[in-house]
Amino acid sequence: MTEVLRRPKTRARRGEGRAAWGFLAPDGIGLVLFVVVPALLALAVGLFDVDGFGNIKFAGLQNFRLMAGDSVLWKSFGVTALYTVLFVPVAFGVSLGLALLVRDHFPGIGAVRAALFLPNVISLVVIGLLWQFLLTDKTGIVSRILGPLGLGDVSWLGDPALALITLVLISVWFLAGYQMLIFLAGLQDVPRELYDAATVDGAGAWRKFRHVTWPALRPTSFFVLVTSTVNAVTGLQAFDLVFVTTKGGPANATSTIVFYAYQQAFQFGRFGYAAAICAIVVAALIVITGILFALTRGGRFDED
Amino acid sequence: MRTETPRGRIGPKAVFAYLIAFLTVLPLLWLLLSAFRPGSDVLSSSLPTKFTLGNLGYVLTQIPFARYLMNSAFVAVTVTVIALFLHSMAAYALARLRFRGRGFAFATVVGTLLISLPVILVPLFLVVRLLGLVDSYAGLIVPGIFNAFGIFLLRQFYLSVPRELEEAARLDGCGYFGIYWRIILPLSRPMLASLAVLFFLANWNSFLWPLAVTQDESLRVVQVGVSGLQGQYASQYQYVLAGAVLAAIPTVVVFLIGQRRLIDSLKTTGLK
Repeated sequence: MTEVLRRPKTRARRGEGRAAWGFLAPDGIGLVLFVVVPALLALAVGLFDVDGFGNIKFAGLQNFRLMAGDSVLWKSFGVTALYTVLFVPVAFGVSLGLALLVRDHFPGIGAVRAALFLPNVISLVVIGLLWQFLLTDKTGIVSRILGPLGLGDVSWLGDPALALITLVLISVWFLAGYQMLIFLAGLQDVPRELYDAATVDGAGAWRKFRHVTWPALRPTSFFVLVTSTVNAVTGLQAFDLVFVTTKGGPANATSTIVFYAYQQAFQFGRFGYAAAICAIVVAALIVITGILFALTRGGRFDED
Repeated sequence: MRTETPRGRIGPKAVFAYLIAFLTVLPLLWLLLSAFRPGSDVLSSSLPTKFTLGNLGYVLTQIPFARYLMNSAFVAVTVTVIALFLHSMAAYALARLRFRGRGFAFATVVGTLLISLPVILVPLFLVVRLLGLVDSYAGLIVPGIFNAFGIFLLRQFYLSVPRELEEAARLDGCGYFGIYWRIILPLSRPMLASLAVLFFLANWNSFLWPLAVTQDESLRVVQVGVSGLQGQYASQYQYVLAGAVLAAIPTVVVFLIGQRRLIDSLKTTGLK
């Protein structure tokens, strides 16, 4: 009896499963071939000597051993770490501030939000060229504007002590509008009644932010922190901007780890070595994400 | 503050917002103005008085810049169209169909969200070379199609489609593909439109992958072309800026057309 009733249902199930895999297959195969396999290979290629002509030779841990004596590589790890430590909090603060600024309605708010987001739609190549033009030593507009303040001779991209900070500021200008949108989405979730209740209790703007907005934003903040950190370490911003503006200079002061790995692979043909470097980066990212997860308690928001 | 400022009044907060917005776009406006200046005063810090179309003309006639633009347009549009189609199919299966391995398939998709191009560049290049796609349009296009972000957003959206719509279509004799084609796709038009804007922008702006996978001048995309101007015209900034403006204009136009939809859908993701 149950058998008879069940059979058509299982056949339908099987049909549904077959249809599902049919729908998934084209994208799934591509995703595996062009993302998952390269990601897994990233860990394996580092064990080989691979040159630009397709010669492959097993090298064991040779590539990883070479890293120990590569001072520019260590410098690059330092550059990426410093860039991340500077970029993530500044971008976080600026974009949260912008989101609070353009949260409530005022005339022209749509245009203001669009303007704040606008740098993000333009390519990093153009952004890099633009700022290189604006920051041209002595004759660039920034130097001319800052001239009266005695800052006319500052070489924003040419001074090893300043170049990375300049790149951080450009990155913040480029990405703040995007992170602002994520914060705006998070702010929409904050129940209005909580603000009304806080007003009744006589809370000022700061206490409302501290006790209502900030706790409610915790999941959004966590998301922004993680994506922003991953971006700072491995995002296109860490490559495109450096490639166009400084080529890693001056004195390797802006040689980010992804830029250095690109140079090793595509300029010097050391594909295996570059892959080994990226494997280390991936391992470090996993650790950092774990630490962020622990620090922010996984973005939990149910405790307050 | 929010209750005290009535809608539609310009308070100090609004004035501050206008100022910040203006300062944000100022560098871009300066780029636009400078690209139309004669070469002799391109570095001038005063407002321009003389304008010329000569810089744009030079870039379009003396450099195969039109070709770069066409290559970028072709690659970006092709990737966008194919990606939307494949992502919506995959998302439909993940959101609406029951099958063994669904959890695993979804976890794999989510897992790839954190993988960015720079860290897999070398192995991806080796895979693409193995497939014989280096220095070809296919090499520029195919790896650009697959990204988990679109699948993820569409799946979240499809989860909210009411079951009754599917049941009604099934009673009308629709199979799974019929339901996808006649119910799911039309319903997701707003989401697809904003994803189309995102994908177009990302692919038009992509630089690292085209730089790695192509050598052939005839395959050069606009971002690689513009970055090449830099070395070639180091002392003639007006041509570099003209190229930069040509590379940026399509993205700004697409953004201005699609911005409301784009911003709305980015904001509503993950909402109830």
